[in-house]
Amino acid sequence: MSHDHDHAQPHRHPPQPDEEDTTPPEYRRLETAVRELLLEKGLFTADEMRQVLERFDSQTPAIGARVVARAWVDPAYRTRLLADGSAAVAELGIDMEEVKLLVVENTPQVHNLIVCTLCSCYPRPVLGLPPDWYKSRAYRSRAVREPRSLLREFGTVIPDGVAVRVHDSSADMRYLVLPMRPTGTEEMGEAELAELVTRDSMIGVSLPRRLQTAKG
Amino acid sequence: MNPPFFAGDRVTVRRASPPGHVRTPFYVRGQTGVVERVLDAFANPEELAYGRSGLPRVRLYRVRFRQLDLWPDYQGQPGDTVDVEIFQHWLEPAREEVK
Repeated sequence: MSHDHDHAQPHRHPPQPDEEDTTPPEYRRLETAVRELLLEKGLFTADEMRQVLERFDSQTPAIGARVVARAWVDPAYRTRLLADGSAAVAELGIDMEEVKLLVVENTPQVHNLIVCTLCSCYPRPVLGLPPDWYKSRAYRSRAVREPRSLLREFGTVIPDGVAVRVHDSSADMRYLVLPMRPTGTEEMGEAELAELVTRDSMIGVSLPRRLQTAKG
Repeated sequence: MNPPFFAGDRVTVRRASPPGHVRTPFYVRGQTGVVERVLDAFANPEELAYGRSGLPRVRLYRVRFRQLDLWPDYQGQPGDTVDVEIFQHWLEPAREEVK
């Protein structure tokens, strides 16, 4: 698009609407009303709530990538991680809070895929907030109904000889996929390996980055 | 009370539709699978949803279903499975079909 700016002559662009310029949806208004009531009644303080939001925003897939990279370089850690995910991530200073972490391992015979068909359960302490598609009805239903064609749309083709094992986070466990370590990474250190581990590879819709697309 | 189940047991999910907050997905109700592992006991979400304690805790199991059992027209491989977490009061010993 051609757009000739003459900065010598100021002109007005149409203003972008601020958040307050649109009508908030019903659940937003409900949340505001309940939150204000809880604050007024002193059940928690504004600062406590801010701290929770700050903690949510500090959780990112880089935390899960650190866990995966450690399991790749330390076979004893991998064994502990598969036996008791919550305890093994606590070794790295990660608190799973009230839910339990269950780590499922990809192998040459098995590819794992995580979904929550009922809502949007997700291992937030290790992956942060879920992507919007993870919460969509299309993903939630197709992950259990036609996982192979769903995976193809993510660019992930699972060979016929490999079983697709879907995990529905229907109750109190949260799941993290331990992807297979890419070939040709034998010389790489833990921090470098963590760079290969993407969010999607830990949900199971994708595989880790390969060397040619990796940094360095 | 239901008997406790162990890894490897064949179990059938109750085919029931009670009202309220139920965490047993519809697509496995009435279906038979194998206990993949026994998990801890957790507060019952069907009670927690109404502000009650959810106690006593209820044993949770991971049950593995064959995709071909869930969806007769499943487009995939025979070894494909779905693991679902199911509370003990939703499980019964498998009723094997008599043909």
